[in-house]
Amino acid sequence: MNESVKKPETLLKVENLKVYFDVGKSGAMPWSAKRVLKAVDGVSFELKQGETLGIVGESGCGKSTLARAVINMIPAESGRVMWLGDDEQVGKDLLSISKKETRQIRSQMQMIFQDPLASLNPRMTIGQIIAEPLQTHYPKTPKEEVINRVKQTMVKVGLLPNQINRYPHEFSGGQCQRIGIARALILEPKLIICDEPVSALDVSIQAQVINLLMKLQKEMGLSLIFIAHDLSVVKHISTRIMVLYLGNVAEVSPAKELYERPRHPYTQALISAVPIPDPFVEKSKEVIELTGDLPSPLNPPSGCVFRTRCPKATETCANQKPPLEAREGDEDDHLAACFFSD
Amino acid sequence: MSLLSVRDLSVTFNTLDGKVHAVNGVNFDLEEKQSLAIVGESGSGKSQTVFSLMGLLSSNGTSSGSVLFNGQEILNLPENELNKFRANEIGIIFQDPMTSLNPYMKVSDQLMEVLIHHKGLSKREAFNESVDMLDAVKIPDARNRIMFYPHEFSGGMRQRVMIAMSLLCRPKLLIADEPTTALDVTVQSQIMNLLSELQQEFGTAIILITHDLGVVAGACEKTLVMYGGRVMEYNHTDQLFKQPTHPYTKGLLSAIPRLDLNEEELNTIPGNPPNMLNPPSGCPFQPRCEFAEQKCSDSLPDLLVNKDDTKRACHLDSDKIISSSREAQL
Repeated sequence: MNESVKKPETLLKVENLKVYFDVGKSGAMPWSAKRVLKAVDGVSFELKQGETLGIVGESGCGKSTLARAVINMIPAESGRVMWLGDDEQVGKDLLSISKKETRQIRSQMQMIFQDPLASLNPRMTIGQIIAEPLQTHYPKTPKEEVINRVKQTMVKVGLLPNQINRYPHEFSGGQCQRIGIARALILEPKLIICDEPVSALDVSIQAQVINLLMKLQKEMGLSLIFIAHDLSVVKHISTRIMVLYLGNVAEVSPAKELYERPRHPYTQALISAVPIPDPFVEKSKEVIELTGDLPSPLNPPSGCVFRTRCPKATETCANQKPPLEAREGDEDDHLAACFFSD
Repeated sequence: MSLLSVRDLSVTFNTLDGKVHAVNGVNFDLEEKQSLAIVGESGSGKSQTVFSLMGLLSSNGTSSGSVLFNGQEILNLPENELNKFRANEIGIIFQDPMTSLNPYMKVSDQLMEVLIHHKGLSKREAFNESVDMLDAVKIPDARNRIMFYPHEFSGGMRQRVMIAMSLLCRPKLLIADEPTTALDVTVQSQIMNLLSELQQEFGTAIILITHDLGVVAGACEKTLVMYGGRVMEYNHTDQLFKQPTHPYTKGLLSAIPRLDLNEEELNTIPGNPPNMLNPPSGCPFQPRCEFAEQKCSDSLPDLLVNKDDTKRACHLDSDKIISSSREAQL
């Protein structure tokens, strides 16, 4: 292992992760070429303890696939995912460990899903739902302790403990999302992956859930991977933000820096397209309008994947893939993958 | 005379669990070429308001009140009478462009159908007109792409087809029901720009229904805020954002994370939206309102019209709410 892996504060280190899907042949004939969809194409990042990494991008850019591949829910084509949450000096590669070890490590990483109602089993009471991870990983826990733990967790996320025997349909969307959060928290994990946790919620409820997540993170020292398409939500909650485009990282930067000095043309366009709820700002701001739509990931452009919609694209962009690098003389926490980045 | 004048519009649904009063006494006017945004959270009745005036309510819904379009009553008209207004006078765009286009029909047939049915054009005329309209909504290579099926278009392109379809008969009023909710931000800004360009070009009035206050800020002159099936506030968009006078509007505005500001913590509106089967007594927002007093739960505040044609339904003084939002800013 190299030295950077040994840093104690790093929780997760992802190196050159690739996820490809086999989508069948291009034609009906036996000799027609196989088609491969490159959902995530060489993504690397590090996650530190107590940090929130926001992942943004348009639909189909591979944000959810990336998150699922990190916890090995989707098999990855190649790459390494080093888990450094244990006390050991050397990390474990989540993609190559045994099933038994995966199970052990998974108790430290939990997930919150987008649709709050659909991710809860309608036939289980919320007490059973929240207790399930605990009973799966520690089946010998006495029943009373399970109930106590469930009630404590419910209080923590702002649910009333006397609602323990109710069913999911009796709760509103925002409360269902709190149940999902409670289920993720009961094992006191080190990492929580939030896949669009607030995009199905109304504005007033969304703010409640974001505040809750930020409060819990501070109290419990959680690391979050927060996936969303809403840039303003991501900026609010994240320490660092990673912008994805067609399975490639366009830019990684501390949250504030990304908004104030975006370097990649895609990030610039994305930020300018976010509507701001203030008519005076909204009417005076300059929008960089991107032409066209996201290209098909089955047939991505050569070189830089963004070049077909990029205002700065030249011939170099078609021939070479730009590396993800920091600006010269800059600190190395703001990386962009563009030959002509600002 | 206003283009559209809605008075005391109420919509009720009969369900197995009882009557749901989805919309209660909604009033508003819309002038020609004006743009109005109807904002509210899910379940606030914003979509049902416009569905009822187009006669698109589901079969267990009934509407009452009055809707005058150019001085003519259109609420609860029989289907064949209403069809004269649909497309010709009032066009509508729905949220999900995939489910509102017929997957079995070519885009050309779907567009031409509108013109043949409503305007009695010949097939050739209808085809040319349709191609022109696809050009107007900036679909590249329209003459060839009109022969595509909906699944061959991307989400943004499908929404452009929907917009083209709704504008074919040059309606005086275009209703856009969450037109960009299913789209990505970069595509959203393309569609919103297109809508405002087309509004200039064709001189259509627009009712934009949305839950996204950011979209409203850039797009509409007037804004109507709904909650629990009632109108909470109606004002010029600029004024509404600068100085919300209703506690709900104020709460809603401060609950949105802003990309251009660095807030430490978001303000929240406590509690959950009302259950419309069993609405709270008095003002629907009262259980969640930070300013609520006894009178708020005792009686329903009337929608009062101010001198400058703004409207507001709240028992409390607007100055009180404005001054508190100042304090919060300081």
